Amino acid sequence: MTISHLLSARAARNVHVVRATRSAKLSAVVLAAAAAVLAALPFLVFSTVTDTLINLFVLIALASMWNLLAGFGGLVSVGQQAYIGIGAYSLVALADLGVQPYLAVPLAALTCAVFALPTSWLAFRLRGDYFAVGTWVIAEVYRLLVVRVDSLGGASGKSLSGLSGIDATLRGALTYWIALALALATIAGCYLLLRGRLGLSLMAVRDEETAAASAGIDVRRAKLLVYLVSAAGCGAAGGVITLSSLSVNPDSIFSVQWSAYMIFIVVIGGIGFIEGPLIGALIFFALQQLLADFGSWYLVLLGVVGIVAALRLPRGLWGLVPGPSLFPIGYLVRRSDGPA
Amino acid sequence: MAPLLRLDGVAKSFGQVVVARDLSLSVEPGEALGIVGPNGAGKSSLFAMISGDLRPDGGTVWLDGRDVTGAAPHARTRAGIGRTFQVPRPFGHLTVFENVLVCAHQGAGLRGRQAQAHAMGVLERVGLAELANTPAGRLALLQRKRLEVARAVGTGPRLLLLDEVAGGLTEPEVAELVAVVRELHAGGLGVVWIEHVVHALVKTVGRMICLAGGDVVADGEPLRVLADQRVRELYLGAGPEAGAEEGS
Repeated sequence: MTISHLLSARAARNVHVVRATRSAKLSAVVLAAAAAVLAALPFLVFSTVTDTLINLFVLIALASMWNLLAGFGGLVSVGQQAYIGIGAYSLVALADLGVQPYLAVPLAALTCAVFALPTSWLAFRLRGDYFAVGTWVIAEVYRLLVVRVDSLGGASGKSLSGLSGIDATLRGALTYWIALALALATIAGCYLLLRGRLGLSLMAVRDEETAAASAGIDVRRAKLLVYLVSAAGCGAAGGVITLSSLSVNPDSIFSVQWSAYMIFIVVIGGIGFIEGPLIGALIFFALQQLLADFGSWYLVLLGVVGIVAALRLPRGLWGLVPGPSLFPIGYLVRRSDGPA
Repeated sequence: MAPLLRLDGVAKSFGQVVVARDLSLSVEPGEALGIVGPNGAGKSSLFAMISGDLRPDGGTVWLDGRDVTGAAPHARTRAGIGRTFQVPRPFGHLTVFENVLVCAHQGAGLRGRQAQAHAMGVLERVGLAELANTPAGRLALLQRKRLEVARAVGTGPRLLLLDEVAGGLTEPEVAELVAVVRELHAGGLGVVWIEHVVHALVKTVGRMICLAGGDVVADGEPLRVLADQRVRELYLGAGPEAGAEEGS
């Protein structure tokens, strides 16, 4: 197009666009080193430590998926436990069919994406608060359906088969590595997704849906994609939870508590930042460990922290951190006209 | 050659209120059409039906000889319609540059460096280049209006729909905006411009229509439309922005 050429030629001369700053590259190296140390832990520490860390990795993965959905896609769901549950049950069912449970984790993710597609037709008819409540209802419906299936253990749940042949220490280490890989994959996945053209469209949709459509964005498709990715991520997390607990119980795996955790973590960590779920999960995990002996006071304190964070820190803890992002997804324009 | 835009018997009403009554009009490629009319005449609804945000009750909308009556807004943007919103709707958390870049990606179908250069070129043209890295949510009204134009142009349109972009601006700002639109128009872009600041229109468009009650009351050369008796009566006898002719 002539106008486009006319305009671009004028601008291209003295402008360049930067994506990643030097400090961001440094932080990537630090993160990679941290991941390497974490990967070596099963050789260095007792399995009680690594077993606890599995919990942290699952929380990071779940919170990242919720942040992607709500913080970048603008889809505030209270029903992602639907996919945690479906993922967990898929793993159990696949193991029953003879699939190696560790290899069944990605298949559980895929199964969730398949379930998420028709579910989205229903959920996307609702907006805002109604979407939130609707997703919760959908999760409950999935729980009620699962409970009706006798081969899945009904209301009492089912234990995971196919791992009895593996030594307990090795099993713990394998589960740990898979949980670590899941946490890293969700963070890297969010980063790569958001850094691309699709990520920019998503953020535009989140900020202004009508204007996004006028910008040429297929709003429905963008939302659907982020919904499917989030479902798959939560499904994989559900699979890892089951690998770790070796059984699945419908009431706990489909519990709305998972959504409460995800929201809490993302809100205190910083919604709309890739770093948010990471920081939030670390804090939540620390609180869990520190306050575990305080019984119901643990929940009270957690509630207080959540309320204070929501009131005082609308952008979460990461919102307080000045300086460049660890995961730069934006564009920085540098102009070199005038005396440099 | 098919007209760039053609509306054929378009009708729309909200209950008793008729915003379009069997409206037909066409815009040739590269033509600039101004639309005036009192508040509630159906101007913004007409835009919404062209851009796809509002589905007409009847009639057909053609773009380049293609029936787009059933097409979604994003599809129409990709087909070559770029629109601004009367009340600016920036992507508040994105920078000014990113606001236009997303239009270059999704609307114009550009990628990588090409998209970036296009977005930057658009920003320079509308005078927002200095603010490229500013979050759009922090912009003042004038800058938001410019960003609306920048985003619409960023989609690489053949037809630019401007909805009261001069409203609320000072005289020098209006003059600057007129210069921008004139240059875009000179580059071959078709323009349909709704505006209450009539003298800005007179300087830019080659043809003007006056809408009232969902009907085209007058259609033709701008000064002749403004001199039309019915148009003057619609503006309470004073004529739209009395003195516009002398001022231009």
